[in-house]
Amino acid sequence: MTTSPKPLLGRPTVVRLLAPLCVGLFLLTAWQLGCRLTHVPVYLVPAPSDIAKTLVAEAPALFRSLAMTLEVTLSAFALSIVFGVLFAFLVVQSRALEASLMPFAILLQVTPVVAVAPLIIIWVKNTTWALVLCAAMVAIFPIISNTILGLRSAPLGLRHLFQINRATRWQTLIRLRIPAALPYFFGGLRISSGLALIGAVVAEFVAGTGGSSAGLAYQILQAGLQLNVPLMFAALVLIALFGVLLFMLMVALSRLVLGRWHDPEAL
Amino acid sequence: MMLSPVKPNAAPDANTVLYANQVEKTYPNGTRALDELRLRVQQGEFISLLGPSGCGKSTLLQMFAGLEEPSAGRLLWWNKSQMPAGETGRRFSMVFQDATLMPWATAEVNVRLPLDLAGRSKAESGPRVALALETVGLAKFRNAYPRELSGGMQMRTAIARALVTEPNLLLMDEPFGALDEFSRNRLDTELRSLWATRDLTVLFVTHSIYEAVFLSSKVVVMAARPGRVIAEVEIDGSGERDDRFRVSPRFVEACKYLSELLAEANAQGEEATAAIGGATR
Repeated sequence: MTTSPKPLLGRPTVVRLLAPLCVGLFLLTAWQLGCRLTHVPVYLVPAPSDIAKTLVAEAPALFRSLAMTLEVTLSAFALSIVFGVLFAFLVVQSRALEASLMPFAILLQVTPVVAVAPLIIIWVKNTTWALVLCAAMVAIFPIISNTILGLRSAPLGLRHLFQINRATRWQTLIRLRIPAALPYFFGGLRISSGLALIGAVVAEFVAGTGGSSAGLAYQILQAGLQLNVPLMFAALVLIALFGVLLFMLMVALSRLVLGRWHDPEAL
Repeated sequence: MMLSPVKPNAAPDANTVLYANQVEKTYPNGTRALDELRLRVQQGEFISLLGPSGCGKSTLLQMFAGLEEPSAGRLLWWNKSQMPAGETGRRFSMVFQDATLMPWATAEVNVRLPLDLAGRSKAESGPRVALALETVGLAKFRNAYPRELSGGMQMRTAIARALVTEPNLLLMDEPFGALDEFSRNRLDTELRSLWATRDLTVLFVTHSIYEAVFLSSKVVVMAARPGRVIAEVEIDGSGERDDRFRVSPRFVEACKYLSELLAEANAQGEEATAAIGGATR
């Protein structure tokens, strides 16, 4: 360890924040200049300034849609966590249970949500619930597989130690299997949060619901029909920003819970 | 110093802590890990099981810890055929090849684990945990997480966890094998003095001749394919040992004698393997 203060650009946090910011700024400038110099029509490729203008002008409608998409995404994410974890705990109880249940979880995973969404939308009357169900179908699998993997990941040595000390099944679960599963579980959360958003957007596309329950996907769909490309980009920007925010939230949460004991580079 | 092999056929008596009689272990794939093994561990002995990898020394230790079942033969713990359930005077702890600490728990919580699992209250276990950590010189590090500790300190934590239940018997499975030589020698010295100052019986698995000679009151030499005891050698000189012992003529003589025994056994083993290979051809 050197005692002299590191130069500002040498600090890892500064680099981590500044470097992507610089790249982003550079790309935006190049985009803006490119549009202005080549005079590409705004209905083909809008410049960042056009998108920003639309974002401000259409803010009320866009943010109402964002709230809708947010509601679907977060509900689906919560549903996936609850049922994914329950399913994982059930499955690790015995190999027989795993053998009989896992194929169906995989079946659910490999069926494209676009293909099942119309069916769910017919069956479930409430549109919001139909969308939540579709998104949850996509988001649940990483939670299931990672939690199972985690619950099984307790090292053999520690399992032996618990056995020698005559730990009950319950003690082994609470004091060994669940803590050992946490890093895997949080890894699953990160993937699942992104998938919940993707699932929500895809389901909205399929459902094509307008009116009061119009999500961001519906805005993109409508804008596309009207060739309002800046509005499409504006909606896209909101979806992407929301996705990044969700991901960062999950990273922060896992840091908070795993804290000092876990090597942050490991998962 | 007596350096002739002891014939390992003594019957168990009132002072016998562990006893294995005609114990065999055959794995489902036909591998014979142990063959008609006989071993007696007396109260207060420090016994090392010394042999090449594959001689079944770890398997034997795991049997005594209740983690493996023998295929044939009989095991006794304090002259009973049932594993002791932690009653006073018949407690054992095991130390593994790795420190096997819970990475999510501090050193203190790791050491307290056996007491927690036994349902002891925090008030009762607190002073015992503090004492165990002090014994291994880690009192200052009680709030450190395993990844913040060096390999040697992690192993000390594991030893503190083994001591916290005040065991009468320690089963140790190559505990210092992954450490550098400095840490290993230091921990060996400390372990020896721990044993010398307490009423403790130790069964210690190692493949280091030097470690076996330095630590033990008796070295049990094993050979592989199939795993069996070929000799028991007493290393006299009671009490604590220090670095002077490592360079003493007694130490050197014992090491030389043991390495000759092992080399002889290995040569025989290879002959036997060659003979089997010839027979099947």
